[in-house]
Amino acid sequence: MSDSMHDTIRAYILENYLFTDDAAALGLGDSLVGRGIVDSTGMLEIILFVEEQFGVKVKDEDMVAENFDSVSKIVDYVHRQQPA
Amino acid sequence: MCGLAGIWHPDQRAVDATALGNMTRVLAHRGPDGEGFHHEPGLGFGHRRLAVIDLLTGQQPLANEDGTIWAVMNGEIFNYVELRADLERRGHRFRTQSDTETLVHLYEEKGLDFVADLNGQFAIALWDRPRRRLVLLRDRVGIRPLFHATLPDGSLLFGSEMKGLFAHGALQAEIDPIAIGQIATLWASIPPRTPFKGVEELGPGRMLVLENGRRSERRYWRHEFPAAGDYEDRPLAYWQDSVRELLQDAVTLQLRSDVPVATYLSGGLDSSILTALVQARQRRKLLTFSVGFTDARYDEREFQSRMMAHLQTDHRQIEMDERAIGEAFSEVVRLSERPMVRTAPSAMLVLAGLVRENGIKVVLTGEGADEVFGGYNIFREDKARRFWARNPQSACRPLLLSGLYGYVRRDERAESAWRQFFRGDLGNTADPYYSHRIRWRNSAQITRLLAPDFRAAMQDDEALMAELDAYLEPDRGRWHPLCRAQHLEMTLFMSGYLLNSQGDRMMMGRSVEGRVPFLDHRLIELAARIPPRYKIRAMKEKYILKRSFSDLLPPAIVERPKQPYRTPIAACFAAGHDHLAARLLQPDMLERGGMANPRAIDTLLRKMREADAGLGERDQMGLALVASLQLLQHHFVAPLSPGGMRKPVTARTIPAA
Repeated sequence: MSDSMHDTIRAYILENYLFTDDAAALGLGDSLVGRGIVDSTGMLEIILFVEEQFGVKVKDEDMVAENFDSVSKIVDYVHRQQPA
Repeated sequence: MCGLAGIWHPDQRAVDATALGNMTRVLAHRGPDGEGFHHEPGLGFGHRRLAVIDLLTGQQPLANEDGTIWAVMNGEIFNYVELRADLERRGHRFRTQSDTETLVHLYEEKGLDFVADLNGQFAIALWDRPRRRLVLLRDRVGIRPLFHATLPDGSLLFGSEMKGLFAHGALQAEIDPIAIGQIATLWASIPPRTPFKGVEELGPGRMLVLENGRRSERRYWRHEFPAAGDYEDRPLAYWQDSVRELLQDAVTLQLRSDVPVATYLSGGLDSSILTALVQARQRRKLLTFSVGFTDARYDEREFQSRMMAHLQTDHRQIEMDERAIGEAFSEVVRLSERPMVRTAPSAMLVLAGLVRENGIKVVLTGEGADEVFGGYNIFREDKARRFWARNPQSACRPLLLSGLYGYVRRDERAESAWRQFFRGDLGNTADPYYSHRIRWRNSAQITRLLAPDFRAAMQDDEALMAELDAYLEPDRGRWHPLCRAQHLEMTLFMSGYLLNSQGDRMMMGRSVEGRVPFLDHRLIELAARIPPRYKIRAMKEKYILKRSFSDLLPPAIVERPKQPYRTPIAACFAAGHDHLAARLLQPDMLERGGMANPRAIDTLLRKMREADAGLGERDQMGLALVASLQLLQHHFVAPLSPGGMRKPVTARTIPAA
């Protein structure tokens, strides 16, 4: 599940912000903001995508870099939100 | 592709041949290549022909082997080759190569269910003499028009355009304020209502049957979606391949023609995909056509050139400015027979003239892709509003909506006004019209430009919504929000405006047949089964379509944000122009028309002259509505301006770069 979640999120970011299918272009820990991959609207689009895809609801206070700045952080965040 | 007209009497009296001749001849622009009639007691069919398939023997009306079933058609049956082969195996003998002839034989085989086998764009009148049954039917989404009116003695007049019905002589044109109120609000009138009292539009996907003194309307096709959460579990690649395969097949079928075919190339995604597919199936160099605008805000020539270079097509274009748009507007209204809140049809009319000058009769266009695959901004707006509504207190969530309209960082006051505009509605996401309600409420305000008496004769909001509810699919409450919004766009804006005022009427006005492969019903049905998250991926519109065809197009075309096809409005009607539309907005003409509020229009025109920023969107739509309403009155009810304007409409034709 976790692998496929990593893949789904990475594929979305690759396609929409890096315009490539090459997984090597984005490491799971790469900083999305730090590398200039997304701006604030892009971050919201990723949150929209995550809500739509994984059925979670992101609170305002959770919309921070600690939760959304890399593929790994996003996956960890979604796991914490989903019931065990 | 053609025009049809007809008269039916409840008894067996002879049809007035002169009246039928007049009804048919007024449609000559739809069919300049020939004329045909069929008369028998109680019934008459008339037909004007634009010869596209079976140039030699395809005259209509056409009958079955023993002359008991007769049909006239406007449009095309694209799968007629397959249908015919099957019918011949069953023993039917054909006299012509015409696609229309398949109708009468297929009807013999299947009765009224024959329509389910038809793949095409059509308006058909069919007469079954043994049963004394008259059938009128129209394609699934309303690509081809069909109108009818019942006279006091029970006789039925029908035809491709309303002017055909008026040409009979027994029917007086009178504008229906209720329809005008619907157009101001929804941008379309709700069938069977038309802008004229007593004239009915046969709605898309419907057939009207008159038999044994009974009249019944049936639905034979519905624009439906699965219930939300009830989608097939298939990988993205499956949908991608299916879309690709089916669109290719639709294009192949729609290239069936005995005359050369061209395409419209706007520079957007849909027409680019279409042109690439057509080009790949043609041996000779493909002719493509487009519109450019002097006003850079509306112009897409940069992208047209890119596609032209990519595909090596032989490209022709016109350039339109405000004056040319305003000049053509009178003819636009005469042809479309409806008031409108846009001027975009003007450019389509002039473009169709260019197509015809180039000796082309058939054009494929990208119409329908935005509705079928989720291309409009209103779909993304709905999504962003719902994203915000999940937590209305959120400071971050509204930024997605602002981002959609590019207000972020540009203008703080606009940003704050924008939020205010949407904030009030965040609690209403359960509203079945959530996507469109704000827009309708805003648009309806333009009725303030109309005269109090005229306005008082319109429906109140409750009656209008009740009429709309009854017309739409009853199950739509169970659909995903995107599908509900798609259904509204397809039913109202596309069928009620785009396909006729901007499509059929403008092209047929210059004797050009438009074809729309994205509206092949198999493709509409397939797209309806695709999970909404694949149509709009996060905020990326027409995602599945882009995925399916990205290898055919330059990345700049695929990644380009959608640019709506729009044209200037207010500047086209400004003082200084001497064309009919501008003249009919002068106070004395407005008084004479009796439908508009002259003071309100005067205020708007003054505001336009004085304000640097020009008029806002809503005021511009209002001006277009009033100008078109005046023109409708002038052309169909009573001339408002002596002499009118009969100068032919022209625009500069410029060679492609």
